[in-house]
Amino acid sequence: MLRLEKLVKTYKTGDQALKAVNLEIPEGQVLALIGPSGAGKSTLIRCINRLVEPTSGNVYLGDVELTGLSAGMLRKERRRMGMIFQEYALVERLSVMENVLSGRLGYVGFWRSFLRRFPQSDVDEAFRLLDRVGLAHMADKRADELSGGQRQRVGICRALIQNPALLLVDEPTASLDPKTSRQIMRLICELCKERGLAAIINIHDVALAQMFVQRVIGLRFGEMVYDGPPDGLTPDKLTEIYGEEDWEATIEAVDEDDLEAESAAS
Amino acid sequence: MSDAAFDVAGRIGQPWKKPPFIQRRWLRWTLLLGALAYLIAAYMTIEVNWSRVYEGLERGKKFVLAFVNPDFTTRSSDIYEGMMESIIMTVASSVVGIAISIPIALGAARNVAPLPVYLICRGIIAISRALQEIIVAILLVAIFGFGPLAGFLTLSFATIGFLSKLLAEDIESMDKVQAEAIKASGARWTQWINYGVQPQVMPRLIGLSMYRLDINFRESAILGLVGAGGIGATLNTAFDRYEYDTAAAILLIIIVIVMGLEYLSGVIRARVQ
Repeated sequence: MLRLEKLVKTYKTGDQALKAVNLEIPEGQVLALIGPSGAGKSTLIRCINRLVEPTSGNVYLGDVELTGLSAGMLRKERRRMGMIFQEYALVERLSVMENVLSGRLGYVGFWRSFLRRFPQSDVDEAFRLLDRVGLAHMADKRADELSGGQRQRVGICRALIQNPALLLVDEPTASLDPKTSRQIMRLICELCKERGLAAIINIHDVALAQMFVQRVIGLRFGEMVYDGPPDGLTPDKLTEIYGEEDWEATIEAVDEDDLEAESAAS
Repeated sequence: MSDAAFDVAGRIGQPWKKPPFIQRRWLRWTLLLGALAYLIAAYMTIEVNWSRVYEGLERGKKFVLAFVNPDFTTRSSDIYEGMMESIIMTVASSVVGIAISIPIALGAARNVAPLPVYLICRGIIAISRALQEIIVAILLVAIFGFGPLAGFLTLSFATIGFLSKLLAEDIESMDKVQAEAIKASGARWTQWINYGVQPQVMPRLIGLSMYRLDINFRESAILGLVGAGGIGATLNTAFDRYEYDTAAAILLIIIVIVMGLEYLSGVIRARVQ
């Protein structure tokens, strides 16, 4: 579904953020991307929808090669890739509804969007999505009136209303408390399952990643150093990804967290 | 986790002071004393003719006393006409100036416009800011003749430099991620500006526009002095005829209108935050 071939990104400063990354993601797979700060996680997902231009290499979304597309074609392809951001990235002075509908901008013309006259089907879908995340009653509130968890849920709606085939998720829980983090991760994973979406989730919290995803990629200094199931992340592997540290506690914590989450869910 | 090269033991028990901005002691004191000496020398070169000041105080007193007894009536039709002309000049030039400023501001923001457009727009802003209103007004009066047309064009021109520069700076300092999120949805450029940029800079645009309206009104009183129409022409005539009471009336009206605009802009800015 998504295939990266020898993806390289070298910044103007000479920093090599990505060193020939190869990655293939099948339809409907949710994948966590872990690694220390500066490992190139954010760069990797931004190179896919070209918010950051890759230096070389190819990105295939289905059969379409993205890195060589013209601006107009890229816009069309971006509609198939929903993005969820670290600090929510809602436009704060727009209403919740406007934020959600902004996910449809790739589909409607300028004047329609300027006058906020979106097609009825878009408006209906926006309400359905907001209802799914429990925020339908907030539709006309301004985005900056919401709490962190609520904002991220609006961010999820904005990504989903694009009707994407792939979700690019950049640190969705970095500014949320532990409980909300879990709720948001669970919501993202559930929605991916419901809609058969593939997703790449950048995440700092290894334990949280292990709880929710089927596959983990470890990135260090722009290179993939781990690709496997979440329970294959032994202390040795974590040391290879992050460097020397006492990892036993982290891994134990996962088990406890799991139990806790299950008991909370039941 | 302490730094090996840092001698902590030697610093314990010692008072701590913020390191000075200029490290070298002699340079620091030379700059400080030099600046002080220059300042004193500069003040000494200002010549004050005290006997002239004494004579002038009498005239000044007349002027100030006129405010106690302003004459709104004798020249009321002149004042009314001048004031109307000023208000029309102000509103028309503000609207035109702001309308032209917005695209130029977008072009002058490096994070929105490509480099060639950026350079052209910054050039326009630099020219507009380099030429002071009075100089532009003198030139335009020479071209278009006496009257409010020259004043209107002058103020529109000045508005562009002011508003485009400040708005462009606001666009450049906007939150990049909010705009990025709109771009990631596949929005075209115009939609990106409308959804990702405009909401972020709107309060500033409205605030600046109100402020500029205020400035344009005050400027319109000055431009009359060089023949570019407005209340300034009436004011100038009143001064030439030593009619301080009429001049005082005009100044009072200007002050009231400026304060009114100030109040209005405060109310509007509070509402758009």
